[in-house]
Amino acid sequence: MTDQAYNFAYLDEQTKRMIRRAILKAIAVPGYQVPFASREMPMPYGWGTGGVQVTAACLVPEDRLKVIDQGADDTTNAVSIRRFFQRTAGVAVTEVTAEATVIQTRHRIPETPLTEGQILVYQVPIPEPLRFLEPRETETRKMHALEEYGLMHVKLYEDIARHGQIATSYAYPVKVEGRYVMDPSPIPKFDNPKLSGNPAIQLFGAGREQRIHALPPWTKAVSLDFDDHPFQTSKAPHDCDLCGARDSYLDEVITDDAGGRMFVCSDTDFCAGRRAKGHVGRLGEAT
Amino acid sequence: MYVAVKGGERAIDNAHQWLAEERRGDPAVPELTIPQIREQMRLAVNRVMAEGSLYDPDLAALAIKQARGDLIEAVFLIRAYRTTLPRLAGSLPVDTGAMAVDRRISATFKDLPGGQVLGPTFDYTHRLLDFALMAEGATQDAPPRVGEANPMEGETRVPHVASFLNRDGLIETADASDTPPPDLTREPMELPADRALRLQALTRGDEGFVLSMAYSTQRGYGRTHAFVGELRIGTVAVEVDIPELGFAVEIGEIELTECETVNQFKGSKTEPPQFTRGYGLVMGQSERKAIAMSLVDRALRWQELGEDFTGAPAQDEEFVLMHCDNIQATGFLEHIKLPHYVDFQAELELVRKLRSEAQAMQEAAE
Repeated sequence: MTDQAYNFAYLDEQTKRMIRRAILKAIAVPGYQVPFASREMPMPYGWGTGGVQVTAACLVPEDRLKVIDQGADDTTNAVSIRRFFQRTAGVAVTEVTAEATVIQTRHRIPETPLTEGQILVYQVPIPEPLRFLEPRETETRKMHALEEYGLMHVKLYEDIARHGQIATSYAYPVKVEGRYVMDPSPIPKFDNPKLSGNPAIQLFGAGREQRIHALPPWTKAVSLDFDDHPFQTSKAPHDCDLCGARDSYLDEVITDDAGGRMFVCSDTDFCAGRRAKGHVGRLGEAT
Repeated sequence: MYVAVKGGERAIDNAHQWLAEERRGDPAVPELTIPQIREQMRLAVNRVMAEGSLYDPDLAALAIKQARGDLIEAVFLIRAYRTTLPRLAGSLPVDTGAMAVDRRISATFKDLPGGQVLGPTFDYTHRLLDFALMAEGATQDAPPRVGEANPMEGETRVPHVASFLNRDGLIETADASDTPPPDLTREPMELPADRALRLQALTRGDEGFVLSMAYSTQRGYGRTHAFVGELRIGTVAVEVDIPELGFAVEIGEIELTECETVNQFKGSKTEPPQFTRGYGLVMGQSERKAIAMSLVDRALRWQELGEDFTGAPAQDEEFVLMHCDNIQATGFLEHIKLPHYVDFQAELELVRKLRSEAQAMQEAAE
C-alpha cells in the first residue's frame, strides 16, 4: 500500500540528510539541543512532527516499526502515525517491543528492556528543561552554555520546602554525563531510570521547537535530586488487574459511576505478552 | 469487566468519512467549484496564500474547500504541500516601484505624483447587508465604472512616497543590500533575528496576531506614531535568472500589497531627528495585514534606532516571532486534546500523596 507519489518515508533525501546531520551532532553531544530546520509535516504540530521527522530520517526499508502513545499501540495517534509510515515507507510494523528495530513513542518507555541496535524515538513538545523557569530561548541557551543550572536546583529546593518533596511527576529533568540538563519529554518519572545506561539509541525530536537531542547507548542520565532527598519513582500502588504485573506502570480506568476502578498496564504489549504466558490479574481471565 | 479499547483504526476511518459528508453538506445544494472559490472568495484565498507562503490561487481555493472554510486549516494544507516542493530557483527581488497598481493611497500627502487611486476597497462602503446578493438567480453584473477606468493604467513606474521625503533627508534611508535574506522555512529560526528574517516571519504570520500586536502599539504599548505613507496593491513581475541564457526571464506575475509607514521620530542617542519607516509586504490583496505588519516591523526596530525598550509585547522580538505562526500555535494548542493519561496518572499519584501527607500533619497537630 506504499504511496508512490512521495519519496521513501515521505521526506525528500536532502531533508533527511539535514535531519541525520542534526541527529549525529546530537549523539556526539549527548543532552545538547541541536537546532534543525524542521519541516511542516502533514500532521499538526503537537501530534509528533518532531518524532515523525526523526523516524523518517532513521528508517530503512528493512526496518520493523512500532509506534506507541501512552504506552499503547492502539491509541488513535499511534495508529495514525504507524499508518503514515506504512503508507509512505511500506516498512513492516509490529506491536512486539523486542521485534521492533525503530520504536516511536509518546510519553512512555516500553517496559520490556530495549536491546542494542534498537532506536527509540521520542515525541517532544518542549525540549527545554529550563523553559518554565526562563521563557526566553536566548537566555536558556546561554544558561546551558555556561552550565548555569542554579535556577533548576532552586526550583527543586522550593518544591521540597513547600511540599516536603520534589513536586514533578513527569518530564523530570536529568543530567546527562555530568554536563547538560535534559528534558526527557513528558514520560512519567517512573520511566526515568530506563533512560540511563540504555543499550538502545534514544533520539528526541521536537518539531515545532526545531530541536533534536539524543542519548547514545550506555549514556549516564541522572535524575536531578539532593543527597537528603534522593530521586524516587512513583506509580499507582497496585498490581495490574489484567496480568498481575507488580512492577509496570499503570493506567487507572474508571469502570462505573460508583467509584469503581481498575488498574491496568499502560504498556499494552507488555501486558498482552504476560497474559499469553498465563499470568492472570485480579480481574483478568485465563487465556 | 474492562475490555481494553481497541478499534482506533475503525474510529479514525469512520471519523474521516463523517468529515467528508459534513464538508459536502446538503447534497441537494450544488457543490462549490474551485473557480467559484478562487473568484468569489478571493480575499480568503489571498489570506491562505499569504500565511501558507505559496502563491497559487487554485491550490488555495482547493485548500479552503477541503478545510470547510476553516482558513487556518487551509493554510496548514498549503504549508504541508509547500514543504514537499523542490526549490528550482530563487527569483530576483520584485520591483514594487514597477507595480501595475490597482490601488495606491497615501495618508500623508493630499496629492502626489502618480495620484491617489482608491481601487476596489471596502473603505467607504456602508456596512449594510445587501439582500440583493441573497436573491437566487438574480445575479447582476457589477454596475459599470464611471469616468476613466484606471488612471494608473499604462504607467510604467509609480514612485514611492518615501522617496519624496528622502530628497530632503527627512526620512531614514534603507540601503540596498545584496545579502541573501535568511529563510526560516529552510533554517531554524535564530535569535536575535535580522530585519529580513523578522519581515519573513511577519508576512506569513497570523493576520489576527499581527493585527493585535500592531493595535497594541497604537494604544500605547510601544507607540510608534505611524502614518500610512503609502499603501499600494497591484501586480508585479517575477523574474528568474536563467544561467544558460545569461539574463533574467519573466516567469509570471503575482499580486502584492505593500505598505510603508512614515513614523515621527524625535531622534535618539544614536540617531538624528527624522522620519523613520516601517514596512509591510504581503501576497495578494491583504491590506489589513500589510498595515499591521509595517507597524509591528517599526516597533521591533527600537534597538537599531536607539529607542528605549518599554517592555511592550510588540517590541519584544522573541515574543512576537515565536508566537506569530498560527500553524505552530494551533497545533500546540490543540494537541492538549490528545491522550495525556500517563502524565495525568503521575499527577494523580502526586496529589494523592501530597494530600495524605498534609492530612497526616493536620491530624498530628490536632
